[in-house]
Amino acid sequence: MSSYLAIFRIRFANSLQYRAAALAGMATQFAWGFMEILAFLAFYRAKPSAFPMEFSQTVSYIWLQQAFLALFMMWFFEAEIFDSIAKGGISYELVRPIDLYWRWFVQSSANRLSKTVLRCLPILIVAFLVPQPLRMSPPPDGLSFVLFLISAFCSLCVVVAFSMLVYISTFYTLSPVGVRIISAVLADFLAGAIVPLPFFPQPFRSIAEALPFAAMQNMPLRIYSGNIVGVHAIWGIGFQILWLVILVVIGRFGIKHALNKVVIQGG
Amino acid sequence: MKLYLKFFSMHLKSLMQYKVSFILTALGQFLVSFTALLGVWFMFDRFQEVEGFTFQQVLLCLATVLMAFSLAECFGRGFDIFPRMIRSGEFDRVLVRPRHEIIQVLASHMEFSRLGRVVQAILVFWYAIPASGVNWTFDKIATLVLMVVCGSIIFFCLFLINAAFAFFTIEGLEFMNIFTDGGREFGRYPFSVYGEEVLKFLTYIIPLALFQYYPLLYLLEREQSIFYMLTPVLGLFFAIPAYAFWRFGLGRYTSTGS
Repeated sequence: MSSYLAIFRIRFANSLQYRAAALAGMATQFAWGFMEILAFLAFYRAKPSAFPMEFSQTVSYIWLQQAFLALFMMWFFEAEIFDSIAKGGISYELVRPIDLYWRWFVQSSANRLSKTVLRCLPILIVAFLVPQPLRMSPPPDGLSFVLFLISAFCSLCVVVAFSMLVYISTFYTLSPVGVRIISAVLADFLAGAIVPLPFFPQPFRSIAEALPFAAMQNMPLRIYSGNIVGVHAIWGIGFQILWLVILVVIGRFGIKHALNKVVIQGG
Repeated sequence: MKLYLKFFSMHLKSLMQYKVSFILTALGQFLVSFTALLGVWFMFDRFQEVEGFTFQQVLLCLATVLMAFSLAECFGRGFDIFPRMIRSGEFDRVLVRPRHEIIQVLASHMEFSRLGRVVQAILVFWYAIPASGVNWTFDKIATLVLMVVCGSIIFFCLFLINAAFAFFTIEGLEFMNIFTDGGREFGRYPFSVYGEEVLKFLTYIIPLALFQYYPLLYLLEREQSIFYMLTPVLGLFFAIPAYAFWRFGLGRYTSTGS
């Protein structure tokens, strides 16, 4: 356990070094969220009755999405892991007395978390200060906030567990680019990164809400904004844990199978 | 120009050595913009219209921006790796060669997998051009061509500015993405959707609206004046500050020395 903590700490400290990049990134994300909300506002004005969630909920959803971008978006992959599989660096990893699956799992989580810690607060502070109707609102009550934190943690684990499957697939294909783009695009869309899931027309909405991708950013963001409350939120977290267990089991099985017949590329 | 074409065929040939990887990447690019399109469809399925534009009219807008961006990107992606060229000192080698430095930067890298987006833009045009209800007279066709051509030149200038920042910062600046990638993403709706301030900004500062919103009004016959048809040409003046900024950066350039 302590070795995982050490990996986590090293990664975390490492990413905190790039502050200028973080500043530029924050400005971009803020502008991005701003434009996104203005587009939703135009639709809201066109036909308020057709809006599937309250407008203020949508605003909170988008600001949180931008603030926690690095935490929940599928397209942040670890180039290092792909490289170690494709170029043979993995042989060093294999001689270390540490489980490879959890090592990578911890490494990815730490990188995502450190990127987020740097970026989320300034974005959230500005989001709480901008004039209405663009201002972010606090969660409806304390319980929702606690549930949001739990759900956000589960969501991070589901995202990492899913990206583990993409890494593991590299053992079989050796050409990660295509698989990476395609899985990231589909996962992000079905997780509600482009349009929140409540905006999906039926039957797409019901299908998307049953898939593992709904256990990603969809759940915590909707719990915070008050779109999913009370018992539904607790059920939602159960749904996240269920998918997390399934994804981890598949990943562990996959990596075991791959390592049994792994061929190290080059010497 | 002949030299550029030679590089063009060289990159194409080297790319064709890795066909599967190329096809998968192009497919990925196709999917990226396809999900954006799907998002627009989901929104219009629910709301029918926004700011008086229907789904088909917005698609016309989306396809124009997508096409302009992908064309600019196909050829201008050399600017993307430009910060790396500066850092590694490779740019010093460029400067001593007897050719214009922009041509050389452009020729150093080309990104054909972006053709996935071009294919998508063509498909959307194929559907939207008849379905948008525009009465396609000669001047309307000319307007659409102007929108795409001038649009890609404006995007190209944005890539140029983005690269020129590297003269000062050595690193690439993520912030400019809001105008390049952001322009593509948010250009899927006519820019008036984002309110008056944003529209003004995109008219006078970063002239993205000049090839998107104003000529669209002419296409849809909301504005009759020939001026609206020619606004994309007006946007070409953006090339002057863009190029001036590049020259200014070039003058200030000091090698990283490695």
